[in-house]
Amino acid sequence: MTQTFVSQTVVPRIFVPAGEAEIVEAVRRAIADRQPLAICGAGSKDGWGRPVEADRLSLASLSGIETYEPEELVLSARAGTTMSELEQRLAQHGQHFAFEPPDLGPLFGLPAGQGTLGGAVGCNLAGPRRIAGGAARDHVLGFSGVNGLGESFKAGGRVVKNVTGFDLAKLLAGSFGTLAILSQITLKVLPAPEDSCSILVFAEDAAGAIDIMGAALRSPHEISGAAYLPARVVRRLGVDAVTQAARGVVVLRIEGAAPSVAARTSGLRDLLKTRADKSAGEIADVAAVESCRIWREIRDVARLIGDGVRTIWHISVPPAAGARIAAAIADADDDLYFDWGGGRIWLASASEPAVAAARIRAAVAAHGGHATLIRARDEARRTVAVFQPPSRAEAVLIGRLKDNFDPHRILNPGRMYAGL
Amino acid sequence: MRMPEPDAATVARKDEIVRSLEGLFAPGEKAAIISDAVQLRAFECDGLSAYRTRPLCVVLPETTEQVARVLRHCHENKIKVVARGSGTSLSGGALPLADAVVVGLSKFNRMLEIDYANRVVVAQSGVTNLSISEAVAAEGFYYAPDPSSQIACSIGGNVAENSGGVHCLKYGLTTNNILGVEMVLIDGEIVHLGGRHLDAGGYDLLGLVTGSEGLLGIVTEVTVRILRRPEVAEAALIGFPSAESAGACVAAIIGAGIIPAGMEMMDRPAIHATEAFVHAGYPMDAEALLIVELDGPAVEVAYLRERVTEIAKSVGANSIQTSANEDERLRFWAGRKAAFPAVGRLAPDYFCMDGTIPRAKLPLVLTRMSEMSERYGLGVANVFHAGDGNLHPLIMYDVNKPGDLEKAEEFGAEILRLCVEVGGVLTGEHGVGVEKRDLMGEMFSETDLDQQQRVKCAFDPDSLLNPGKVFPTLHRCIEQGRTHVHHGELPFAHLPRL
Repeated sequence: MTQTFVSQTVVPRIFVPAGEAEIVEAVRRAIADRQPLAICGAGSKDGWGRPVEADRLSLASLSGIETYEPEELVLSARAGTTMSELEQRLAQHGQHFAFEPPDLGPLFGLPAGQGTLGGAVGCNLAGPRRIAGGAARDHVLGFSGVNGLGESFKAGGRVVKNVTGFDLAKLLAGSFGTLAILSQITLKVLPAPEDSCSILVFAEDAAGAIDIMGAALRSPHEISGAAYLPARVVRRLGVDAVTQAARGVVVLRIEGAAPSVAARTSGLRDLLKTRADKSAGEIADVAAVESCRIWREIRDVARLIGDGVRTIWHISVPPAAGARIAAAIADADDDLYFDWGGGRIWLASASEPAVAAARIRAAVAAHGGHATLIRARDEARRTVAVFQPPSRAEAVLIGRLKDNFDPHRILNPGRMYAGL
Repeated sequence: MRMPEPDAATVARKDEIVRSLEGLFAPGEKAAIISDAVQLRAFECDGLSAYRTRPLCVVLPETTEQVARVLRHCHENKIKVVARGSGTSLSGGALPLADAVVVGLSKFNRMLEIDYANRVVVAQSGVTNLSISEAVAAEGFYYAPDPSSQIACSIGGNVAENSGGVHCLKYGLTTNNILGVEMVLIDGEIVHLGGRHLDAGGYDLLGLVTGSEGLLGIVTEVTVRILRRPEVAEAALIGFPSAESAGACVAAIIGAGIIPAGMEMMDRPAIHATEAFVHAGYPMDAEALLIVELDGPAVEVAYLRERVTEIAKSVGANSIQTSANEDERLRFWAGRKAAFPAVGRLAPDYFCMDGTIPRAKLPLVLTRMSEMSERYGLGVANVFHAGDGNLHPLIMYDVNKPGDLEKAEEFGAEILRLCVEVGGVLTGEHGVGVEKRDLMGEMFSETDLDQQQRVKCAFDPDSLLNPGKVFPTLHRCIEQGRTHVHHGELPFAHLPRL
């Protein structure tokens, strides 16, 4: 076992296993020593979840693509491989991860491009294309890993269509390393769209914006991104036409084969023109390059609302309820914007986190949905539930799953829920 | 195929169990309990009719609360339960057990809400897959997963099996198209997973439950996403002189960055069987036939049609025929969709297998399968979801010929072992059920299977839900840890909270 750092008294030890066997060894030793492990990749999203005070087990050395078969639409890589390396490799073959994984490093004040595959899956990342292309959970075909008993196991496979046994890949995606340590992951990859175009439409308020997005999403034009940036947020986008207007703007994205993009963009433009709501004046089409930049900012959050020390919330709701929920949760000093046609709210809150949590979760309870605390100071993440508190019945299942995967509470204890 | 030995004491107590179940319902309540031996015959098997067992009795509740009452009672009295939707499983997922109560969801047949603003439909679990699409068709919407049993299969059964269909290449399986379920756990607890929003955060219990084959709970309500129907859909029939060239065409289409709405392959025996049955106009001289469906805006379909045609020609296609109108498109599909009954005309019985392989291995697998066919002396026809590598070999046999069923079972098992050997899996969309249960060891180690069984333990520690399915050995749930007090903190001690 490589041990890059030996414990003094305060500083935790860091283990950097070079293979699955060494992960097994580290977990078994942790069980024997009753010393839990904080599982991390590059640590770019360490700030998300409750703080874990434990020895660190870093998967950073466990990196590299194992197989990539573009014609089978399949890629297998070790968990510590950076997403930027994977994305570069896919791009060489005109492919991509359709779930458009955000790079959240900068939101936590860290450099861009550090996040790993294990982190993307462990946090179940999803970008604006979630509405059309799914989240990380929808693209994991199989994995191997180590559970909290120090046993290697695998699940799933390397083919797209597979219902052999329970879908543990879904359970592990978004489990933040609390059930097992992923060592190798197989993903479905897809052809990247040939062309992309965005239409920008002014909208004075969130309710009107969500109406516009709803109409677009119900149209046959296959929208792959639908976001609304209120005036206060839109100026940080750095797109001249929009900044000068100083009004809120709906951004609608269309992707695909070039002739299809042209036809659908024109169809969507006609649809928006015929809408009764004449206040929805069109601004412009934005061609591929600019469109990509806009969607990257929407995807990564940091530039739009991530400045300063405000707490960041991610709120997932039925899209048609987005405006009402937003109105109920935002204070004067807060900033927010909508993605997923109104179903995803990114909120920068200046309020005391516990106060904001109560307000947000009450609003969400009234309409259905989930609120997750993405960024806050350590103390707040210890006391405020980071993930939506589960119902009593769900809590029992969650507790029993943790018991069955990690009975000794070795893996990221407390990262998601206190005591688990 | 062996099922767990029925518990003689439970079977002996049948009348008492039936009476106690009847006692759960007030006189005015409509839940039906069927215990008459003749009436029970209707429930003896599902779509895998080679295996039959008469259940202890059948309960047909009509509210979630009634399901909860029945499950709570069974849990308290340690009575096994098999859930049944429409009974169309091809893997024996709803095969009854002699010492188990079947809970049928046929009365859960109401569409609860159509919500265009959020683009979802909320339906009770017994509603058929197709009726969801029909309910939203007038507004131009549909529900994407379309298993070939869609006129009969229930949406709850689709959740249990994570059903696919010919369009899942582009639109995904059930798991990618549902947002929430209401489900009853074995102890009678009613749990709501997900909702009308995406990616709830926290453990993805919805994803875990989807495809769990009735082992984790009984789904009573499902929230599905609906999509706008594409402007145009058209199908092309492409004939090839060999399976290799058809396989090369599939690889080249995907390699070119095109994901068709559906891409199906049929081999010569399947082409001939279906053509004789439905006269779809398939090329009889082809060794392999591809049906490539493209959908989307007219201009996109036209653009992609040209590219697909070019690719097909470049790999040696014999014939290309594009549907000129909707009638013709449906006729092209009618052949494929009738492939199972068409093969059923060639032999008294057939087994439909369901392995998935990496696409590139197709020619190898087809060659090996025809060798096996000769060795076993049983015919085989192949239909194949070529786009995603999902094979459906149809093995023909005669159950009245002594030894034929066993030969067919062994032939099927050998095909599935081959699928695993070339890097594929045992089942792409039909589920493990009882059919592939004993082959799980080909794909998973004991530790892998233990890990899956621990999930079962978290939901159903007494193993009362659908025992004898999916896992080759019954697993005893050992107290792994316990929900222990850690640093003085009880998990969720602070519930309820906001």
